[in-house]
Order: sequence, then C-alpha cells, then structure tokens
Amino acid sequence: VGGKGTERPKWDNKVQYLLTCIGFAVGLGNVWRFPYLCQIYGGGAFLIPYVIALVFEGLPLLYMELAIGQRLRMGSVGVWNSISPYLGGLGVASMMVSFLVGLFYNMILAWVLWYFFHSFQSPLPWRDCPLNLNHTGYLTECEKSSPVNYFWYRKTLNITPDIETSGPLQWWLVLCLATAWCLVYICFIRGIETIGKAIYITATFPYLVLTIFLVRALTLSGATDGLVYLFTPNWETLKNPKVWLDAATQIFFSLSLAFGGLIAFSSYNPQKNNCERDALIVGCVNSLTSIYASIPIFAILGFKANENYNDCRNWNILKLTNAFNIGDENITLENYDDWLNHLNTTDPSEVESLSLKTCNLQTFLDQSASGTGLAFIVFTEAVIRMPGSQVWAVLFFVMLFSLGLSSMFGNLEGVLTPLLDLHMVPPWIPKEIFTGLICLTSFTVALIFTLGSGNYWLEIFNSYVGSMPLLIIAFFEIISVAYIYGINRFNDDIEWMTGRRPNIYWQATWRFISPFMLLVVFVAYVVIEAEKRPTYNAWNPDYVNFPLADVLHYPEWVFAICVLLSVLPVVSIPLVALYRFIGLLKKYIMNRHNPNPYANEFCNGDL
Amino acid sequence: MFEKIFFLLCLSTALAEQLCRPEASDGYRVRLSIKTALGDEAYVWNDNEMFLFRATLAFAMRNQISGQEFEVSNIIVCDETPRVSFWFVVTSPQNTSQLVDKESVEEAVRKSRNRINSAFLLTDKTLEFIGIPPTLAAPVNPDTPPWLIVFGLVMGAVGAGIIVLLASSVVQKKRKNDEKPDDEEIDEETRVKTVENSAASEGIYNRSFSDDERFTHM
Repeated sequence: VGGKGTERPKWDNKVQYLLTCIGFAVGLGNVWRFPYLCQIYGGGAFLIPYVIALVFEGLPLLYMELAIGQRLRMGSVGVWNSISPYLGGLGVASMMVSFLVGLFYNMILAWVLWYFFHSFQSPLPWRDCPLNLNHTGYLTECEKSSPVNYFWYRKTLNITPDIETSGPLQWWLVLCLATAWCLVYICFIRGIETIGKAIYITATFPYLVLTIFLVRALTLSGATDGLVYLFTPNWETLKNPKVWLDAATQIFFSLSLAFGGLIAFSSYNPQKNNCERDALIVGCVNSLTSIYASIPIFAILGFKANENYNDCRNWNILKLTNAFNIGDENITLENYDDWLNHLNTTDPSEVESLSLKTCNLQTFLDQSASGTGLAFIVFTEAVIRMPGSQVWAVLFFVMLFSLGLSSMFGNLEGVLTPLLDLHMVPPWIPKEIFTGLICLTSFTVALIFTLGSGNYWLEIFNSYVGSMPLLIIAFFEIISVAYIYGINRFNDDIEWMTGRRPNIYWQATWRFISPFMLLVVFVAYVVIEAEKRPTYNAWNPDYVNFPLADVLHYPEWVFAICVLLSVLPVVSIPLVALYRFIGLLKKYIMNRHNPNPYANEFCNGDL
Repeated sequence: MFEKIFFLLCLSTALAEQLCRPEASDGYRVRLSIKTALGDEAYVWNDNEMFLFRATLAFAMRNQISGQEFEVSNIIVCDETPRVSFWFVVTSPQNTSQLVDKESVEEAVRKSRNRINSAFLLTDKTLEFIGIPPTLAAPVNPDTPPWLIVFGLVMGAVGAGIIVLLASSVVQKKRKNDEKPDDEEIDEETRVKTVENSAASEGIYNRSFSDDERFTHM
C-alpha cells in the first residue's frame, strides 16, 4: 500500500485528525435528532440509556475502528481484505453505504443552502403568505397551513401529492445541489490534504454559533419554559423498551460507525499513536455536543411556544373585545381570566357563540419535530419572531451547512480511500480529477432528489440505507475483529501501537457486550419495522384534512426499491465470501487432478 | 320661531336616528384600536375626533362622486361604544333623507383608505371598516430575485477556488516533472533490484522483516 514509491498521505498534525473525526461524528443528527429524542422520551431521563449505550456500544466500536485503520493503514476494503479475504465484502458494503448516504446527505445541504440564499432579504420570505391572483387575499394553500410550511413544501420542494407523481426537475434545487457539490469538491479535491485545512473552520464554527445562540436564546422570553420541559426527567419512559432501542440506534448513527470513514481517517495516522485516547475524546465530544446543542435549540423552541401561546390568547382577547365592545387594550394577558369570568357570568351565551380557543402552553411545547421539520419549519418560524431575524437565520443555516459538510468529508473518504488502496484508479488520472469524478457521479445520481417527489425518496434513502445495513456491517465488523482476526492478536497490535494493553473494560465489551447489544438492537429494529406496514406522510393540498399529512402506503415497486436499498449494500458480504470460497474450491480441485510436486501451494497466485 | 327651530332640530335628529341604525342596509361599522396602534401616544377619542372622522369621510365621498358636495352633516354616526366602534351612514347632499348606496360608499372608502388611515395615524388593521376588506399591498418583486445574487457570489467564489487549486496542482506537477530526470536513474536501479528480489523470494513470507503488510493464512 505504501509500495510504489508514493508515500501515503498523512495528517499535518494530531489536531487535524481529531477535528476531522469529531467533525465526521458531529453532524446534523446531533442538532436535530438528539434534542427531539430527549423531548419525547422524558427529558433528562433519556440521558441514562444514552450514556449506557455510549459506554457499552459506541466507545468500543469506535476504538476498534480507529485501531484497525491505524494498524493496517488501509481503507475499509483493504482492511477487511487483510483480516480475511472472505471478509472483503464488508469493505465493499461500507463503501456502498457511504456512497448512498453521501447522495442524500448532500441534498439536505442543498436545502440548507437554499434557505441560506434566501436569508438575505427583508422581510424573510417565509414570514408572509403570497397574495392570490386578484390580490384580495392569500393563497389558499398557504392560508390553510402556514407561511413557513408553504415556503418549505411549495417554494422549496414544490412537492407532489404522492411518490408516484415525479414531477419535473426543480431547476432551483439543481442549482443549489450543484453549489453544494462544488463546495464539497473544493474541500475534498486533494483528499485529506485539503480536508485537513477546511476542517479547522467547518468543525469549530458550529460550536461558535451554538454558543452565540445559547447566549441569545437564554435572553428570550419563554426560554426557561422550553428548558424546563426538555430536562424535566420523566422516569416512567425508561420502562418502554423503545426508548432503549432509540438510544442505542442514536448513539450508533451519531458516531458514524460502519461507514468506513473513520477507518480511512485513522489509516493516515502514524502507527504509533494513542488511538485509545482518540476514541474516548471523539466519543465523549460527540455526546457532549449533542447535549450542548439541545440547550439553545430548546430555549428557542420554548420561546416559539410562548409566542404561539400568547398569540392564541391575544386572539381570544380580540374576539372578546370586539364582541362586547370593551375599550381597546382593557383586557390584557394578565387580567384575561378575570374578564372571562365576569363576561361568562353576565352573558354566557354570547361568550359561547364566540368559540374561543383553549390555549395551553403545554400543547405548544409538545409540538415537537425532528429532522428537516425542525430546521426548516419550526426553527424558521421561531427566527422570524426574533429581532434581527436575518442575522439569526444566516448564522443558523451556515452552522447547519458546516455540520453537514464535515460529515460529508467522512462519507466521501469512505469511498475514496478504498478505491485508491485497491489501485482501481489508473495512475495517470490525478487525484483531483478522480475526486471530481466522484463528486460529478454523485451529483448526477442525486438529481432524483430534485424531482417533485424528491423529499419522499430522500426519506426512503434515510430510513432504509442509513439504518439497517449499518447495523449489520457493524455486527460483522466486531465479530470478525474479535473472533476471526483474534482478540489476542488485536491486543498485541494495540500494545505495539499505544504501548498499553487494552484493559478489562475493552476486552469485555469487544468480546461479548457490544456484539450482543448490536444483535439485540438489530433484531428489535427488524421486528419493529416489520410490524408496521410502510407508510409515508404526503403533502397534498387537495386532501380532505389538509394541512394534516396524507398518510399513504408505498406502492409495490417503491417498496421493492426500499428492500433493494437495504439488501444491496450487505449482499456483498456473503457474495465476496462465496466468490473467494469458489476460487479456493477451484484451486483445490485443480490441484487434486494435476498434482504438481514442485508447486508450493502458498505461492500460486492469489492470496 | 324658536319653537319652529326646536321642532326642526328634533325632526332632523329623529330622521337621522331613523336613517342610522346598527345593521342598517347602507351603512358600515367602523372599529378603531387606538391604544393598540399608538400605545403611550394614544389620543383620547372624543367629539372632536368624531368630527374629524365625519369630515374625512365627507372628503372621501367628494372624491368618489364628483359634482356632489358632501358636507359633515351628510355623515351620520350612531351606536358609539367604548371600544371605540360606531355605525355610520352617508346621506345624499341633494336629498338628506336618502342614503347613498353601499357600493359607492365602499368604493369611496377603498380609494381614500390611505388618507383616512393617516388622518388618524392608524393602519388598515387598527382602523377597520367591517365589510370592506383592505386591498393587500402587492409584494415587491425585484427584477433579479435576491437569492440568485447570493448564489452567483458563492458559486463565483467556489469556482475561482477550484480553478486556483487545479492550476496550482498542475504547476506542482510540472515542477516535479522537471526534477524527475535526475531521480529516474536512481529509481530504475531500485526497481530492478526489487524485481530480482521478488523473483527469488517465493515461498513463505517471512514476517519478521516487515510489519507493514499482513497476510492471513488461507
């Protein structure tokens, strides 16, 4: 691998390497999935299964990936080929998953860019509904839902009512996607040489923005409601097994394990490097970032809930004021209850006819969202109510972009490094052109996400590629290192690299606890997914209960694609093993038929 | 004589009261939210303000129906509430017992809405004519959407960066190619040596001399 005279590229310094791993692990999920899970699973109580999953599943797998990458100094395909040629399929599976995830992940970044481009206007375009044709009112689709919803579903996605209607390519999304891929390309152009420079900014900038948001959010009214709501522990939820499953899967996906990216990054390290400390640093920083990010997010969501609650009550006040012709501003938020009681006693039928809304702060706080819903609907609504909205919007979307960009580096390295190590690249193609080809291919395939039905396809990719195959790959990874490579040999390697043998905690987790946990999580995941028939939420303005989501079933051909996406990456594991086995059989049969006493069976061809 | 005047006054107010009733066919309800709009600088609603309103509305009617000279007395107001809200009707200047029809009043208010609002330092939301929805302001549509400008800036910067990086790597390679003829002879010798060595050392790979590459036994 270092063979033909060109030295293997290496990190300029340790900080670059650590920042790149942290940047890969810390991604969009830390900001928009972890706070959501915390909220729906009883606040502070969720931290318990989360920390347990980190200690018994996340850290051991992380340490293992960093160690084998550093020891064997190859990308995922090379590493697993070295451990055992029958396991070469693991590397291929990692590479395929990295490629597929990179496709849709960058589409999300394209959406972030679209919102970023639109944050330089006053007023922000998602604040008001557009007018209808004869300027007498607002567009019905926008009036029924809300301006932020309309901007996301109609102006950004221009979404079709179901997945079967594809719609045309949305040119504005194609432009944003091209920009996103160009930005990724410029950082990725020479592999870790350029990534290492870019990472100083992309990995640290989100922390700066989160701190700014934290300071601002804590000064907003209603922030404390949001924080109390987030962190109040509800111990009852710990009895629900789904909480433990979600904690385990969250830790797993959050650390970006099984992508092959971490193996690729650590393969550029010098071999005598303390990867145990690296693993602990990366794992703990990732979890602490999740917790740190949830504070400003929830302060801001609390502020938004408070604003909605006040709007609701003010609507009631206005209704009462107009109906009873009471002086303007005589009824305030403070004396509303007194007035209501007084009016109820004097004229209950009139009050009844007004059909006042019941305003409950809890209901508004319960309106949780994760994923794109949090970033593009809930958060944008909060931002328009903050003074200086443009600044906060720009900061927020740049933060999301740099979080996602540093994760994209890991995805692409998980594709590039194995291809380079397998010498599948003709040497006359310079690295810059090859990385450009990877970006161009990914961009072309990702154009499906710019169709009208693109969001539905992205959800499919997210659920089916970015989940089950990773669990399977990780399970085989740890089994092969612990039992096929041999845990004792692995311990020797680590002792050689770090100077210390791994202690009993690592031994116990690598051998038994982590594989067992992964198996349980995988089985539970399959059982839960198989129980429910796959449905998706469609945005259909003609739906009877619009703006509620139209819940549709996937058509047969779409479901077949879902299954294909789950199976395709992992099918390479048995296929490669079978291929090698057939090769072995062929050689064995040949040797039986033509015994050649001079042949040495160790030197004939492939190893 | 005073009795006549008194009688006429009573008659006119009675007539006026008859003409102006809440939910009358040709009138509109007006609702003002002065405190909401102006906060601390809110003025008190009194008869003078009402006079201004009637005058403004007469002005609006004059603008709408040219030729007819509407006076303050043609705007009749009733049912004032502490909200501040009241009902008004417009009588024709030629015949004070006949009301101007609803559509003309609506047209007049719509046309002069801005002037009426600014006379009271209020907006469309705080000075409401119930039944006359305000014409919504047309959104400002710039020629180039601003997002395309930002997009152009970002793409331009990124494109320039890519070209610079590609150019610098081409330059680097040229420099390496110029140095290469010196190193080529040394390279050839080592290459020949490694070829010879690998031909002679077929057999079981001896691990004790190299730690870098690992092969598993099959």
